[in-house]
Amino acid sequence: MGAAGQDQSTLFRGDDAELRLKDAKSVRGTPARTMPAFILGEELADLADHDPRIVVATADLANSSRTRDFANRHPDRFIDFGIAERNMITAAAGMASCGLVPYVATFASFAGILAAEAIKTDCAYPRMPVRVIGHHSGISMGFYGTSHHSTEDLGMMRPIADLTVVCAADANQLRAILRASVDHPGAMYIRLGRGRDAEVYSTVPDDFAFGRATQLRDGRDLTIIATGSQVHASLAAADRLAEQGRSVRVLDMHTIKPLDEQAIRAAARETKAILTVEEHNVIGGLGSAVAEVLVSEERKPFRRHGILDEFSLIGPPAALYAHYKLDADGVTDVANGLLKEIN
Amino acid sequence: MSEAQDRRNFSEDYLADRAKFVRLETLRLTRIAGAGHYSSTFSAAELFAALYYSHLRLDPQNPKWEDRDRFVLSKGHAAIGLYPVLADLGFYSPSKLDDFTRLGSAFGDHPDMKKIPGIDFSSGSLGHGLSVALGMALAGRMGKRDYRTYCMLGDGELNEGQIWEAAMAAGHFQLQGLVGIIDRNQLSIDGPTEKVMSVEPLADRFTAFGWDVTRIDGHDLSAIMNTLSGLKPAGTGRPQMIIADTVKGKGVKYMELSLDWHVGNLVGADYDDAWAEIEAGLQPMEKEDA
Repeated sequence: MGAAGQDQSTLFRGDDAELRLKDAKSVRGTPARTMPAFILGEELADLADHDPRIVVATADLANSSRTRDFANRHPDRFIDFGIAERNMITAAAGMASCGLVPYVATFASFAGILAAEAIKTDCAYPRMPVRVIGHHSGISMGFYGTSHHSTEDLGMMRPIADLTVVCAADANQLRAILRASVDHPGAMYIRLGRGRDAEVYSTVPDDFAFGRATQLRDGRDLTIIATGSQVHASLAAADRLAEQGRSVRVLDMHTIKPLDEQAIRAAARETKAILTVEEHNVIGGLGSAVAEVLVSEERKPFRRHGILDEFSLIGPPAALYAHYKLDADGVTDVANGLLKEIN
Repeated sequence: MSEAQDRRNFSEDYLADRAKFVRLETLRLTRIAGAGHYSSTFSAAELFAALYYSHLRLDPQNPKWEDRDRFVLSKGHAAIGLYPVLADLGFYSPSKLDDFTRLGSAFGDHPDMKKIPGIDFSSGSLGHGLSVALGMALAGRMGKRDYRTYCMLGDGELNEGQIWEAAMAAGHFQLQGLVGIIDRNQLSIDGPTEKVMSVEPLADRFTAFGWDVTRIDGHDLSAIMNTLSGLKPAGTGRPQMIIADTVKGKGVKYMELSLDWHVGNLVGADYDDAWAEIEAGLQPMEKEDA
C-alpha cells in the first residue's frame, strides 16, 4: 500500500480534458491523454473467472460503468436491464436468493436515491448478497446537473439496517473492495467517483477490511477524516499543511457503515481537532456519522466539510471542486481555517 | 414419501376443502392479530389451494431445495392465507401460528423469508414481486435448472410502475419459466380498480408486453388446474400470465366486493356466523342468481 501525493488540481483539469476529448473522439480518434483506468468491469471479470456465482448488471450504462469489459468476457453472466434501475436491483435480489452474487451498477443518483427502497426492502432486509454500485457519485457529473448529482445517497443508505456502505477512493482500493465483497454477508452499497480517480494507493491495499479505517498519515494537530474522492484531496492538503509545519493525521474512512468508531475516538483523543471531508451533503453522510460518535466523546473542535445543504451549481467538475473547496487548495483552506480557530 | 407429501392431492373436492381451510384459518388468525386482510385472501383461496396442494414442485422437508419451483407472493398482504398452507404441508408446525403477529413472532401481516421456511421471498411493498420473480427465473436459466417461478400479483398493485418494468424485461428476455398469476379481485382499497386507477384491458396490456395470457375464473378449481397443468416448461419463449378473475371477499357474502373488509376483525357471533358460512361452502354470487 502506498499513497501518492499528486497535485489534485492538475488531475481535475485532466478530468475536464477527458470530458472534452470524449466529446471530440469521433473526429479526433483516441484521446492523446491517458487517464487512470476504470477497472470495475475488468476486476469483476477476473473475479468471475474463478467464481461462477458472480453476475453483473447495468441499466443501460455498460460503457459509463465499464461493465462492458465484464460483458465482453462473460456475456452469459451479464444482463442489461435497460433504463429500469428499480427492476434491476430487485431482480438482482431475486437472483441472489437463488445463490448468485450480483453486482449491479448505475449512476449513484439512480442507484442510491431512485432505487433506495429496492435496496432497503429487497436487498438489505432479506440480507441478499446484492452489491449495488453507484458510480459517478457526488458532483462528479459536473455540468450534467442536479438530476445526475448524488449528494444525498449516503444519507439514504446509512440508516438501512444490515447494509454495508463503502466508498472507493481510487482504482486499487476499488479492487480491494470488490475482492473483499464477494463472500461478505448481506447487501452492500459501493459508492464510486468517476471511476478514473487520481491514485491514492499505488498497489492494491492488502490490509483492506470493511469497517476498519486506513490511516494514511499520522499527525497531532488535526485529523482529516475523508472518504471516496476526497481522500486524495485531503492527502494533498495534509502534505501542504505539513510544509507549513502542521502535523495532520489523515484517515481514509472507506466504510461509512459499519463505521470505525474506534479510529474516530482515537483521533478525538490524540489530535486537537477533527475535519470530515466528503463529496456529499454535510447532512447525512460521513460528517454526520462522525458527529454521532463524537457527541459522546470529550469535545474537540470539529467541522464537517462537503456540500453545505444546497443543490450544486453546474459546471465542469474541476470548476465545481474548486468552487466548493473540494480540491487540494480548498481542503487546505478549510483545514487552515479550523486550525486557526483552535490556536 | 413423507407425511407432508401425502397432504398433496389432485382431487377437486380435496382442493375445495383446502380453499375452505385457507378461509377458516384467515378468520382464526385475524382474531389472534386483532386485524387482518380478509377479503384479499379470500379471493386467492382457490389459487393457493391449487398451487400448493397439487401443482408446485416443492419439498416441505427441504425448503431450500435448489430445483423447487419458486413462488413469490407479491401481494404480501395475503400471507395470512399462505401461512396455514405451509404449516399444513409440513414446512413447520401449525402451533407456530398460535401467536401470529404477537411480539417476536416470525409471522407478521407480510411474510419474512428469513424467518419462515417455505417463503421464497419477503414481500409487502407492492410492485416488487414480479421483479424478484424475474431475477429468480433469470437465475434458473443461467444455472440451467428447469424450475418455474410463479408470482401472484394483486390487481391494484399493477398501478405500480415497477411491475411494468419487470413485465417488459420478462418479455424481452423471453422467460417462459416465469408465470404470473393476477388475483383480479376487482377492488383496491379506495374503490373498484377501474375507478381508482384502471388496469384494463389487462390481457391486451400483457400481450403487448410479450406475454402469453390466459384468463380464467379464479374460483373455478377445474379451470385453475387445467390452466396450471397446461403451462409450458421453463425455457426460452413468452412468459406466461394467468389472469384469474376473482371476487374480493369471496366466501362471506357481505364481504364480497365490499370496500369495508380489506382489513377487519370479526368477533363474537359475527365470527361464528362467518365461520358457518365458509363451512357451508362457496355460494353463487347474487347477481349470478338473478
